[in-house]
Amino acid sequence: MSLDVLALRQQFPILAQQVDGKPLVYLDNAATTQKPQAMIDALVNFYTQCNANVHRGAHYLSDEATRRYERARDTVAGFIHASAREEVIWTSGTTEGINIVAHGMSKRLKTGEEVLVTEMEHHADLVTWQQACLQSGATLKVAPILDNGALDIAAFETLLNERTKMVALPHVSNALGTLNPIKEIAAMAKAKGALVLIDGAQGVAHGQVNVQDIGCDFYAFSGHKLFGPTGIGVLWGRKAVLEDWPVWQTGGEMISKVTYECSTWGALPNRLEAGTPNIAGAIGMAAAIAWFQSLDLAAVQSHEKQLLAHATEQAMAFEGLRLVGTAPDKIGVMSFILEGSHPADVGFILDKQGVAIRTGDHCAQPLMRRLGVPGTARASLSIYNTLEEVDMLFKALKKAQMMLA
Amino acid sequence: MAIPSSQEIIEDLEFFDDWEQRYQYIIDLGKHLPAMDDNLKTEDRLVRGCQSNVWLETQEKDGKLHFEVASDAIIVNGLLALVMAAYNDKSPQDILAFDIDGYFQALDLERHISPTRGNGLRAIVGKIQGLAKHH
Repeated sequence: MSLDVLALRQQFPILAQQVDGKPLVYLDNAATTQKPQAMIDALVNFYTQCNANVHRGAHYLSDEATRRYERARDTVAGFIHASAREEVIWTSGTTEGINIVAHGMSKRLKTGEEVLVTEMEHHADLVTWQQACLQSGATLKVAPILDNGALDIAAFETLLNERTKMVALPHVSNALGTLNPIKEIAAMAKAKGALVLIDGAQGVAHGQVNVQDIGCDFYAFSGHKLFGPTGIGVLWGRKAVLEDWPVWQTGGEMISKVTYECSTWGALPNRLEAGTPNIAGAIGMAAAIAWFQSLDLAAVQSHEKQLLAHATEQAMAFEGLRLVGTAPDKIGVMSFILEGSHPADVGFILDKQGVAIRTGDHCAQPLMRRLGVPGTARASLSIYNTLEEVDMLFKALKKAQMMLA
Repeated sequence: MAIPSSQEIIEDLEFFDDWEQRYQYIIDLGKHLPAMDDNLKTEDRLVRGCQSNVWLETQEKDGKLHFEVASDAIIVNGLLALVMAAYNDKSPQDILAFDIDGYFQALDLERHISPTRGNGLRAIVGKIQGLAKHH
């Protein structure tokens, strides 16, 4: 069955907008996706009908808010195939999820032990592990990529050893679109006794994620890249690992007993969720997930594949355009440079034609250095993009090339 | 062409009726921005934007501030030329008296000088104003 993309677009009110009198062509989906009406309605509905704090109030509204908020946790748990609902920890986003894990690890890592990341890391993963290593005396190891942007699996395996306590890598590279073989990597890392964290920010919106099947210990992702609101995300962690994880922030909700001298911590998930949570965000994120799950996911994946193939084909035929990142397994991202032009200039001229892309280092400065580019222009695709929009991108690029020559 | 005065630029840009001509004009300005010596493009002169970098060198001559600027992106160079038309070889008093936001509004380019754009332009303007203030 094919996806009715035009009907799907109708559900995203923002896509009908014009920019400088031209139809918006939104190709910055790796930065954030647009929001379907069903998600927007869920937010409005929460604030209109049942806003109250959760787990506290002795009244109807608080009960109702708590019920919806905890039901949202169940939705996420089902979506990623968590084995228990307590494994779903609400965060402000992927970055906070990674920080919770890195903060805990920095208390456990010792000198001589190692953390292994990859050259395609986003700063959220790279800088966070770098700092955890600096604090604990552990060593940060970086697994190289091949020139096409795929992970060098052989080199990765060489770097893995008994001293490796943590392996962290992206499900999908935000800058290049490379889809990593995370199941295979998790198995290799687990065999050496390391914990495995997958940065799922770019992986989660493109198909079904099954954390148990992946075999990792942590999977972190954001709501806003999954058609949900900003400021909400999830850290999934294996229950046995999370149960005694060093507490992250302290405060209300996460405690069991408090005296002036000391405190004891509550059980999962609350022990890692101090303070009033982002209640509306959690409910909005669950609404986005429910909406996403109502689609024919096989059709979604086939549509996305077709979009990327169409874009890649035109890119290869485009004189003076160089693709950055041509790994055989890619999802949703086309990173490129126009020879002789700075990516920022390309972005300016595309913007004036209504085409929204991102330019720059994509929060991956060491990766840009490795690839020998100052940055790239990145078009990132989502399920509501059309083949015509891909054509409009290349038409706009032609104009940019002419103007910048 | 030499870099025109800020008033000339406002008049030039008013003359164009579509964005392509306007941007072509800015690109041409960028191409004519006096080149900065590569030796001057050092870390301490660098204003890092997440999309493009800008370098700024300052000298004082006869009570006036003389600037050299450069970016790795051509349109940013063009926008820097607009900033130079307003600020270069002016006294600190003149720099502080100049309404830069009004100027970019008149040019219909205020979006580019907003703090949200990672092109380093706002930071350069802030730096120049700071230099003038502490003079």
